[in-house]
Amino acid sequence: MDLTPERYQKMVKRAGPSSPLGTHCLWAFGVGGAICTLGEGLRQLYLSLGWDQDASGALTSITLIGLSGLFTSLGLYQRLAARAGAGTLVPITGFANAVISPAIEFKVEGMITGVGAKMFVIAGPVIVYGLTASWVWGLIYWATTQMGWGG
Amino acid sequence: MSRKETLVLGQGAVIRAWASVGGKKEGEGPLCREFDLVNGENSLGQDSWEQSECQLQQQCAELCLRKGEITPKEVDLTLGGDLQAQCTATAYAMRSLGTPYAGLYGACSTMAQGLALGACLSSSCLLPRVLVMTSSHFCTAEREFRTPLEYGGQRTPTAQWTATAAGACLLSPKGEGPRITALTFGRVVDLQITDINNMGAAMAPAAAQTILRHLKGRGTRPGDYDAIVTGDLGQVGSRLLHEILEGEGLPLPNHRDCGLMLYDLQTQQVDAGGSGAGCSASVLCAHFLPRLAAGEYRRILFLSTGALMSQTTFLQGESIPGLAHAIELEGCI
Amino acid sequence: MNYLWAFFIGGLICVIGQLLIDLTSVTPARILVGYVVGGVVLSALGWYQPLVELAGGGASVPLLGFGHLLAQGVREAVDAQGWLGAFLGGFTAASAGICASLIFGVFFALIAKSRDQN
Repeated sequence: MDLTPERYQKMVKRAGPSSPLGTHCLWAFGVGGAICTLGEGLRQLYLSLGWDQDASGALTSITLIGLSGLFTSLGLYQRLAARAGAGTLVPITGFANAVISPAIEFKVEGMITGVGAKMFVIAGPVIVYGLTASWVWGLIYWATTQMGWGG
Repeated sequence: MSRKETLVLGQGAVIRAWASVGGKKEGEGPLCREFDLVNGENSLGQDSWEQSECQLQQQCAELCLRKGEITPKEVDLTLGGDLQAQCTATAYAMRSLGTPYAGLYGACSTMAQGLALGACLSSSCLLPRVLVMTSSHFCTAEREFRTPLEYGGQRTPTAQWTATAAGACLLSPKGEGPRITALTFGRVVDLQITDINNMGAAMAPAAAQTILRHLKGRGTRPGDYDAIVTGDLGQVGSRLLHEILEGEGLPLPNHRDCGLMLYDLQTQQVDAGGSGAGCSASVLCAHFLPRLAAGEYRRILFLSTGALMSQTTFLQGESIPGLAHAIELEGCI
Repeated sequence: MNYLWAFFIGGLICVIGQLLIDLTSVTPARILVGYVVGGVVLSALGWYQPLVELAGGGASVPLLGFGHLLAQGVREAVDAQGWLGAFLGGFTAASAGICASLIFGVFFALIAKSRDQN
């Protein structure tokens, strides 16, 4: 058996079924669009109740995260995501699912070392690099204001 | 320079008794009637998934010993393992069984590894009565190696479904039952597959190599066997195994893969098929051993295939080493 | 009209993520990180605010919007407090999302249990 890794890689590529791209994209578009539309609906609702723009945005996020938690705990978010893919991954509900699902899963390892620590397993990097990027942007922005051509 | 790579055991080791236990999805699959016991829900009434898998092994070991009409005290050695880190499902199951125990780790190749080692010990009468068992559990594998069970992820079509199942065999030098007459321990083969969602592709070259070595060592052709059985190559790995062996001028018309037999790929949403240490173990004990005992099969070659990476090596970008052990089984004449 | 734009833009942002998953070997965890960092960059370049004004939830609900929020928060904080604002603005703006996720994480961990997918 004299099979080189290079030749085998080509065989593997041929042998593997590819993802049904059209179906996946349609599901992602539909479900992702629906979650965003729900978000917009909630935002309009909070605005109509007299909250200002910022508060309405925050309340929308909190509501969506709460709904995601409910669906996650019932095992429904995972079932939807199996079809919707990025449609449930990319919205803020996907971020919430990434925090809440390990919290539930690792409860058996304790409230501190399980729930508390494992919550950040998937979502931690998002916070770390999001904040790092915003910090870098903050310094650049500050530098431009100091030089008098920013703001 | 004629080192013996294939061991021929003469009279062989007899598989006196065997047992298979399945979980929910396995009980809904094509082999539902062939399992000794099917659990309707996968927690088995336990508080953690790890305990559930431990319970699965206990059920299987007890069933096997009962079928072999032997008490745990009479067992000389138990060889077993599972996929959990430090093989805890087996170790914890052994607390109540209380036989001498040696843990094995061969990932999904554990069943053939245990049977091969056990056959050597048993047929030589060093340790006559050896119990070999292994298991896997979908939920312990997901939470340990992949993502939490509630995490919303999309499975890729090359991914395989970890079986919730266990298999156990009781070996002895004499008696009634299918016999292990020859065996070949595999070598680690790594053709630089790094995709953790395509284990079939990582293991197929190892399976091909072990099959070739065993056939050469025995001087047999694939047609001399009623079936050549692989553990859990799944759809992609099986396709690759055929392609590799056809390249060697050795088509395998009588190949069966346990990962493709355990589930109905059309309806059960397992993507490329089943996997896990319990996959080949339970299919061997549920499907092949009864047929060997009934004389329906005369001789089969059975391989369990393992992918030997860890979470750490995977994150460090290492490729996946594959391993396959082969045992030759002869039916009751 | 607002809702149509929200659906269309939101769906489109998700489809881009799906194409990344299916056509490249980028893992979902990397996509999440990429979206948030991408949102910061797009916002810094001034390209994201118009999208939010057009599509509302369609632009603010995806994680790109989370990055946009971080960038906006930092900008406002720098305006108010100089360079120190780079340290303060991000968490302040994102606190509702992060805090809610953690609180709900603890809450649902208390009341729910791991479920089998079989």
